[in-house]
Amino acid sequence: MTTEPSARLMQGDAACAEGAIAAGCYFFAGYPITPATEIAEVLARRLPQVGGRFIQMEDEIASIAAVIGAAVGGAKAMTATSGPGLSLMQENIGYAAMTEIPCVIVDVQRLGPSTGRPTSPSQGDVMAARWGAHGDHPIIALCPSSVRETFDLTVQAFNFAELYRTPVILLLDEVIGHMRERVTLPSPEEIELVERPSTTVPPEWYKPYENFPADVPPLMPFGTGYRYHITGLHHDERGYPTNRSDEVQPWLDRIFRKIERSLSEILLYDADGIENAETLIIAYGATARSARYAVEKARKRGREVGFLALKTLWPFPEEVVEHAAARLHRVVVPEMNMGQIALEVERVIGRHKVRRVNRADGEMIQPAQILAAIEEWA
Amino acid sequence: MARRYEVRLAGTGGQGAILAGILLADAAIRDGKNVVQTQSYGPEARGGASRAEVVISDGDIHYPKVLQSDIILCMSQEACDRYGGQIREGGLLILDQDHVSRAPTTRAVRAPLTSLARQATGREIVANVVGLGMLTALTGIVSREAMEAAVRDRAPKGTADLNLKALAVGFAEGERIRREAR
Amino acid sequence: MTTKQPFNKVKTPRESRVHERYLRHSKKFPNVWCAGCGIGIVMGSIIRAIDDLQLDKNDIAMISGIGCTGRMPVYVDFNTMHTTHGRALAFATGLKMVRPEMKIIVVMGDGDALAIGGNHFIHAARRNIGLTTIVVNNTTYGMTGGQYSPTTPTDAIASTAPYGHIEQPFPIAELAAVSGAAFVARSTVYHVRELEKYIAQAIEKEGFTVVEAVSYCHTTLGRINRWGTAPDMMRRLKEQSVTRRQADGMSEEEKQGLIVRGVFVDRAVPEYTQLYDHIIERAEAEVA
Repeated sequence: MTTEPSARLMQGDAACAEGAIAAGCYFFAGYPITPATEIAEVLARRLPQVGGRFIQMEDEIASIAAVIGAAVGGAKAMTATSGPGLSLMQENIGYAAMTEIPCVIVDVQRLGPSTGRPTSPSQGDVMAARWGAHGDHPIIALCPSSVRETFDLTVQAFNFAELYRTPVILLLDEVIGHMRERVTLPSPEEIELVERPSTTVPPEWYKPYENFPADVPPLMPFGTGYRYHITGLHHDERGYPTNRSDEVQPWLDRIFRKIERSLSEILLYDADGIENAETLIIAYGATARSARYAVEKARKRGREVGFLALKTLWPFPEEVVEHAAARLHRVVVPEMNMGQIALEVERVIGRHKVRRVNRADGEMIQPAQILAAIEEWA
Repeated sequence: MARRYEVRLAGTGGQGAILAGILLADAAIRDGKNVVQTQSYGPEARGGASRAEVVISDGDIHYPKVLQSDIILCMSQEACDRYGGQIREGGLLILDQDHVSRAPTTRAVRAPLTSLARQATGREIVANVVGLGMLTALTGIVSREAMEAAVRDRAPKGTADLNLKALAVGFAEGERIRREAR
Repeated sequence: MTTKQPFNKVKTPRESRVHERYLRHSKKFPNVWCAGCGIGIVMGSIIRAIDDLQLDKNDIAMISGIGCTGRMPVYVDFNTMHTTHGRALAFATGLKMVRPEMKIIVVMGDGDALAIGGNHFIHAARRNIGLTTIVVNNTTYGMTGGQYSPTTPTDAIASTAPYGHIEQPFPIAELAAVSGAAFVARSTVYHVRELEKYIAQAIEKEGFTVVEAVSYCHTTLGRINRWGTAPDMMRRLKEQSVTRRQADGMSEEEKQGLIVRGVFVDRAVPEYTQLYDHIIERAEAEVA
């Protein structure tokens, strides 16, 4: 390994904050909570340096509300929290989905339920990220497994949010959030940024929820001459409340369709050694690192092990998993929870093929646990 | 797989185990190494067990935590009771004898880190950096220059000189122990 | 059959001119409010105040939470947002932070502003962020049918207090005053011109401003307590309210149960987004 002048030691939470700045984040609202507080602390200092705005709100409900309000004003906006805060934010995350307002919610997962163990890692919020807000709605959730990936996926989270007019949840965990790692960040010109769809139609023609060919109607910021209505009630194309079933279902179909038609862009993962594999490991977040270590050990012992590291958890990469596991009878799914993504894997490829490795005591899954699961079947 | 060097730095909250981990990790980067630093601590800012883990390698580091330590620095009895025995065969266990009286092995290296810190700088708080200096001199896991640069850049504002003095005392103590061992 | 006069020759009264200008043509009327409800009067007062101030509609946002009052923004031709229950001020705070030049009016009922949204209310006031808050105080949850709210009078009957209400009501204006608001006033939907004047003052003033508009609900709490019809409610507002000056000469006992109208606070306090501009200056200087 050579010394690159730009290589530096950086914490996951700080990389998330820097990723937000790089993505063009202009507004952050949050409430202190371990292990996400560092994101707020970095942004309190960094955002005003680049002309952006930071506010510490009175709670997490207010934080996500302020973020949505800022996004309506045209800003790229983000909040960061941990499990207890995610629970509080859920109603307004549903509001963002309903009103199609782009925003990024970072959840640095700690051991729950309830207050749990604030300084210990967990991956217990995977299903809360998908189904925590009531009612049917699509969501995008991304999950990094290194400091550099935290930076990259934070940028990606903003891009997806703006491109698809949707809330995006970035699922870190305490290990990734608090870990410091050697990292080389990309230069600004290497970073691809996306701006939300806009329009030049005259204001009186503008329909913020138009059944647009691309399924993502342009979103014009408040204060720019496009006066319209936003509501958490089911609404028509103009944004006015509606009780008509023939307006509700097409809208719901569209907001699901806008995500589904772009799966090839949204589904991010690393696959390795799938072709000849006898056993497949599917992992994400900090656990992907334990899994990668175990995979290399197992291969040294002569085992044919494939590895699928998921970066996009929601929408769940059904076809990717289906394809990777098509020839196989053994899939190991390690998680720092009692089995959440395993439920999805089992749904896609069948319960009998899946071996779960779970741990929810606040410690990382050790490579030996995964190795044992591989050996048990070998 | 490239060789992993696993270091555990443990003490009581407030003793600076985590800062020591950050400094060591930073120094490793300056030497062109790959590094991951993690930590484990209670919810409180002071008191309670606190530990930093640093994994240094020439190659990729997948599992970020310590599996079996090559080096352990214990700055409290509780830390020594908990981690002192988890060392790799032939590994190095450094104890601050001002805080640790019982050790799981007779082969541990003992030094009065807290007293040395106080004598050299008037501040016990830099005992962690004295320990880092010793660790550097005894193992060469990072270069002395990289360690100095890391301390200079990363020490809390206005304390760089204080910490560099503590580091020098640690280097000297490490050198002395090495000479005696030979 | 008379020939129609050219449109521009028709002399339109102020009300129709204002309605024509500020109500949404694309929105289907009538509104959701019961006949005789005071919320429409508050809406009229707001748009007349805005007309008096000659503000550009593009620069105005109206943000609400949930409840009868929460439905107001959909009818007015501004940038409008109907948010979640209790959170209107938090949404508005984010918008104000990134669009500080906008005039943002937050309309809420008493339950929205002081029960589920009570924390946001006191903290927005403490920050003194430039939002104009209109609380329509009908002393109950009207939309859900007359449950007791944070301003329901003690001893009143509510659908969730069938044996009488045992809690004390929040004094909204006084709460806003001690929490740090720059301007606080209270009036009623009977005293329309006064209400309109206070709203105009609140919109013009920089900082967090609050106007409490008392407006009883004859459909729910009024019916349950046999307080009478909509006109009876109006009579009640007229007869059971006094100005601050009148109240000054009265004993605590005499003031019991009366609505005290007037301006409670009008002070110069630095507005939050303006203070934050200084933070940006400091931070940019640190980098440079």
